Amino acid sequence: MSNQALPRPRFNAPEPERGPSEQGSKAALKIETRTTPLLDGRVSEIPDEVFGWAMRLCGLAVVALLGLIVYQLVVGSQLSWHAFGWKFFGQSDWNPVSDQYGALPFMYGTIVSSLLALVIAVPLSLGVAVFITEMCPISLRGILSFTTELLAAIPSVVYGLWAIFVLVPVLREYVQPFLATTLGWTGLFSGPPYGIGMLAAGVILAIMIIPIISSITREVLTVVPQHQREAVLALGATRWEMIRMGVLRNARAGIVGAIILGLGRALGETMAVTMVIGNRPEIAKSLFAPGYTMASVLANEFTEATGDLYLSALIEIGLALFFVTIVVNALARLMVWSVTRGQPARSIA
Amino acid sequence: MPNTTAASVAPISWRRRVTDHAMTGVAVLTVLLVLLPLFAIFAYLVIKGIGSINIAFLTQTPKPVGEPGGGMANAIAGSMVILAIASVLGVPLGIGAGIFLSEYGRNRYGDIVRFVSDVLNGVPSIVIGIVAYGLVVMRQKHFSALAGGVALAIMMVPTIARTTEQMLLLVPQSIREAAYGLGVSRWRTTLSITLRTATSGVITGVMLAFARVAGETAPLLFTAFGNQFWNWKIGQPTAALSLQIFTYAISPFDEWHRQAWAGALVLIILIVAAVAAVRIAVRHGTLAGA
Repeated sequence: MSNQALPRPRFNAPEPERGPSEQGSKAALKIETRTTPLLDGRVSEIPDEVFGWAMRLCGLAVVALLGLIVYQLVVGSQLSWHAFGWKFFGQSDWNPVSDQYGALPFMYGTIVSSLLALVIAVPLSLGVAVFITEMCPISLRGILSFTTELLAAIPSVVYGLWAIFVLVPVLREYVQPFLATTLGWTGLFSGPPYGIGMLAAGVILAIMIIPIISSITREVLTVVPQHQREAVLALGATRWEMIRMGVLRNARAGIVGAIILGLGRALGETMAVTMVIGNRPEIAKSLFAPGYTMASVLANEFTEATGDLYLSALIEIGLALFFVTIVVNALARLMVWSVTRGQPARSIA
Repeated sequence: MPNTTAASVAPISWRRRVTDHAMTGVAVLTVLLVLLPLFAIFAYLVIKGIGSINIAFLTQTPKPVGEPGGGMANAIAGSMVILAIASVLGVPLGIGAGIFLSEYGRNRYGDIVRFVSDVLNGVPSIVIGIVAYGLVVMRQKHFSALAGGVALAIMMVPTIARTTEQMLLLVPQSIREAAYGLGVSRWRTTLSITLRTATSGVITGVMLAFARVAGETAPLLFTAFGNQFWNWKIGQPTAALSLQIFTYAISPFDEWHRQAWAGALVLIILIVAAVAAVRIAVRHGTLAGA
């Protein structure tokens, strides 16, 4: 290793590679015979300035886009905000006929379906990430990470389609009766097994966020320095103990970040959820019962909103959804950065 | 001294060994559980979809409820129109922002733009739909392909900007310096040297963004709105494949369910084909050597 790093004595410059020697000499001849200088020293700086500012404008446009989104949402929701104020988020009455709007059932549905998705997705994604980075043979590694990421490429509406015709019947026929008999006493799994409802939404969301959580977790696990693993192994740990103490513990913040990023995606997911959650603005304890989410109510009712106040109430739900996902995402990014930035990827090489 | 050595090489206890194997088993199990839905989705798509794709599906517009036959030709065309509008608006802006981030944005302003584009990436697509509704639909007083294109363009920009930035940063500084050394101006260097060197990476990023928005439905619900008939005017409500799949999937008709599966398969094939076509064009065709 160190031998190669030492400067080797060099006696003559390496011969430049030439194609047909004829061409080379011709080119050389041309350069020699050129009499006018390539540049006359009067290069205009105006195009450079224009280009630079055009690019800065593009950068600015990205910031402007965010400003535009906030502006549109805030202005659009003014009417509802003045009519209901904070009560909007505490009321569970949603009645377009009497112009009464409360976002509570939708917030409940969004939170419960997303948390349910996390409960299912987190152990699975961590298992996949740990398997791919720590356990599986190198030849499998590429294929596995590619296939799990393929899950992320499927459009949301296709997930919804599959959920309606495959997942929901399976839940209704097998999973829900089983859950009702074994865990029915908790009250979480009671009532008629429709198939469609909160549980179906949670499961399809879980399937959709697994690729996100597992790929970011994988990224975080690979930046855990190799010597951490070696140190734990040298103390006599088994492989699992090495993973638990040497890898997972060091990557904790990053894994939490990955989970929150998955949560952010689940909160805003619209189509697949709308297709299986049942779309009823009620708060029920049972996960078998139909529910409604903030994103679904927008998808279903936005084009049908006849009154100004109705539309404004919907936009306010959009604003709330926007705000929550922004906070969740910013939090997650900071946590992922705290792990991956501090230790550059070089350290594992 | 010999005592401590003996202690440190004590055999791993039975319990720890079992835990180790059990956890390996659990990890394998999670992988299988994750792969199961993936295969199930693809299997159903192919099996249910292939049986329903026929010439009528690809050439006709939807038939009224109850009548058999009909297709999604107008929706396929509409999706292409909307995506073309989105690309025309979103790609140059995204690449420009990426150039800014890598060539001019190695400072506080760049950090702001970087953070904002990450934030934009996390905005739910349905919220983008509301914004496009306010921006375009409210002004025009009716739904349109243009509004749908604007919504999808907004979603493309942050992805393209960040991948373009990363790709341009991979281009060695020495190549830029070589160009400067030859007296090439900065804008020319950026476009003809830096961007050119990174072309394949930048295009991959663009296709990534394209594939991501191509299947989007939520932002089109109240922008493009959908249409049962042919429409080539970008100022009018336009059908989109993803919208049509949604409408048919939640309908109570078997014939429409069948077409929804066909539509889903066509949608995925078109996305893959578009990405593959651009990849091949980059490698062999008109863009080769770029």
